[in-house]
Amino acid sequence: MTNSSDNTAVADPGTLSPLNPLNPITPPSPLAELWRDFRRNRGALLGLALVLVFVFLAVFANWVAPYSPIEQYREAILVPPAWAEGGRMQFLLGTDPVGRDMLSRLIYGTRLSLLIGLVSIGLSMSLGIVLGLTAAYRGGKTDIAIMRCMDVLMALPSLLLAVAVIAILGPGLINAMYAIAIVQLPSFVRLTRAAALGELSRDYVTASRIAGAGPLRLMFIAVLPNCLAPLIVQATLGFSTAILDAAALGFLGLGAQPPTPEWGTMLSSALEFIQSAWWVVSLPGIAILLAVLAFNLMGDGLRDALDPKLKR
Amino acid sequence: MIAFLLRRLGVLIPTFIGITLLVFALIRLIPGDPVEAMSGERGMEASRHAELLKEFGLDRPLPVQYADYVYKAVKGDLGRSIVTQEPVMREFLDRFPATFELALCAIIFAVVIGIPAGILAAFKRNSVIDYGVMSVSLAGYSMPIFWWALLLILFFSVQLGWTPVSGRIAIEYDPQVVTGMMLVDTLLEGDFEAFRSALSHLILPTIALGTIPLATLARMTRSAMLEVLGEDYVRAARARGLSPLRVVGRHALRNALIPVITVIGLQVGTLLAGAILTETIFSWPGIGKWMVEAIHRRDYPVVQGGILMTATIVILVNLIVDVCYGIVNPRIRH
Repeated sequence: MTNSSDNTAVADPGTLSPLNPLNPITPPSPLAELWRDFRRNRGALLGLALVLVFVFLAVFANWVAPYSPIEQYREAILVPPAWAEGGRMQFLLGTDPVGRDMLSRLIYGTRLSLLIGLVSIGLSMSLGIVLGLTAAYRGGKTDIAIMRCMDVLMALPSLLLAVAVIAILGPGLINAMYAIAIVQLPSFVRLTRAAALGELSRDYVTASRIAGAGPLRLMFIAVLPNCLAPLIVQATLGFSTAILDAAALGFLGLGAQPPTPEWGTMLSSALEFIQSAWWVVSLPGIAILLAVLAFNLMGDGLRDALDPKLKR
Repeated sequence: MIAFLLRRLGVLIPTFIGITLLVFALIRLIPGDPVEAMSGERGMEASRHAELLKEFGLDRPLPVQYADYVYKAVKGDLGRSIVTQEPVMREFLDRFPATFELALCAIIFAVVIGIPAGILAAFKRNSVIDYGVMSVSLAGYSMPIFWWALLLILFFSVQLGWTPVSGRIAIEYDPQVVTGMMLVDTLLEGDFEAFRSALSHLILPTIALGTIPLATLARMTRSAMLEVLGEDYVRAARARGLSPLRVVGRHALRNALIPVITVIGLQVGTLLAGAILTETIFSWPGIGKWMVEAIHRRDYPVVQGGILMTATIVILVNLIVDVCYGIVNPRIRH
């Protein structure tokens, strides 16, 4: 009974309302329902578990990582992982060409990758929501102008656009985040606009309008919450693209610069050792793959759980 | 049909203008002075600075500069590279066949494996095959391709020694440039040894570049196929006692492939973006590697020209795909 106000979103209040004494069954809250659908998908659960592990590593990197990510152990250069021949227990995943602990660098790299995803997707999504809602609400010339700008951004392949932005701003971690945010912007704008246009003709919006809601209240408080489902899915899937693009920019020397322990940067600065020391190249790649995979699995699961068409 | 074409073109022109504006703005948005940025000199004398401004035409009002830029670009003049002093257009045309050859092979690789895999997965839904195909394609979709390329080199070139590590052809062959595509040029000369060399150089870059389109296509084909398999006409065909192969081949596949063809068209952008990474790793002398090098060298006319040309190609390909889609599926025209 506590969340009866939430229930109206999923249930017809006339027949299923918990307030109706003839029908005492309480429908599950939207969140509980989402979790029920999400839980059915084993891949999605695996993705969620991996994401949680990555988040844990990122947040507690200072405590989890055995060493500092930039501390160089001159007596331990290119030590193989502990289980390989010549490995040492003190460096579980070996060391890199200047004697830094791989495990610690990878753990700190998690923090960077998640930060890149969080900042770039946060920027992109908030700007995308504002632009998308503006386009939907104002319509006419504003709509056309915004959508044409998005078409221009969409005409450039993602990495090429990121590279173009980097060409303007100059290489670096922060600029890579801006670049990725710009690359992802069109999808958020288009999704928000499409969802908002669908909602604007609904009765509750008209009611809110009649009740005297201003455009800000109308769009952000009435309409936006009902457009969130596709945006959440896009944000999760976009997170994986952001990690991948940031790593690619780092690899090209256009993103984070050495000695930052960013996975793509680590990979490219160890390229010359690809034949002699497999771990310095393989391990960052595995980290990128796992992180991207985790967010993709979770995003797919969320989409299936949130998409009403696929619900039974 | 004509109206449909005109409408498509109408949307395209503002996009193209937007791209030229973006590219034009690129060099003016760089912090500092474009002359300093391009010449790489700092604290140059005022007279020399003014001279350079005049030489690059940067002393004129911005709208005039923009009009001039577009006018020249339409005529095919994209300026000269600061580093090599060659016309940007010529450098682009010299390198484009290499990228085209690689991208074409990659898309063929993706189509030949991805579509049958997707069909099979849909046909054997919820079987081991389905889960296998979907897991592999999810992994392929999430793969950092620069790392994947390195693994391929490590395994096939370094460990097994089957393929060369980088480049387009072994150094002893130097086929006459006719199309710029090594496979075609070597065949035109009738030099099969050179052809084999070119082919062996192409294999790994093709796999690296084709992996993401392959994964995307397999997923798309599967879902398109599943959708079609649930349609009434497929059930009707089954009810008439047609063999499963015939139902899939004659009834389902044709309709399922319509959205898939659109996706193939959309992969062109992915391929050109992926080429930036693949070409850098395999030292493939195409436009991707050319542009990355240009950024590192601050060769802005090349960066501008490369972005403009790539975007133009993507826009044109999307237009062609749209038109084909309109021909195949008349409903879309309205």
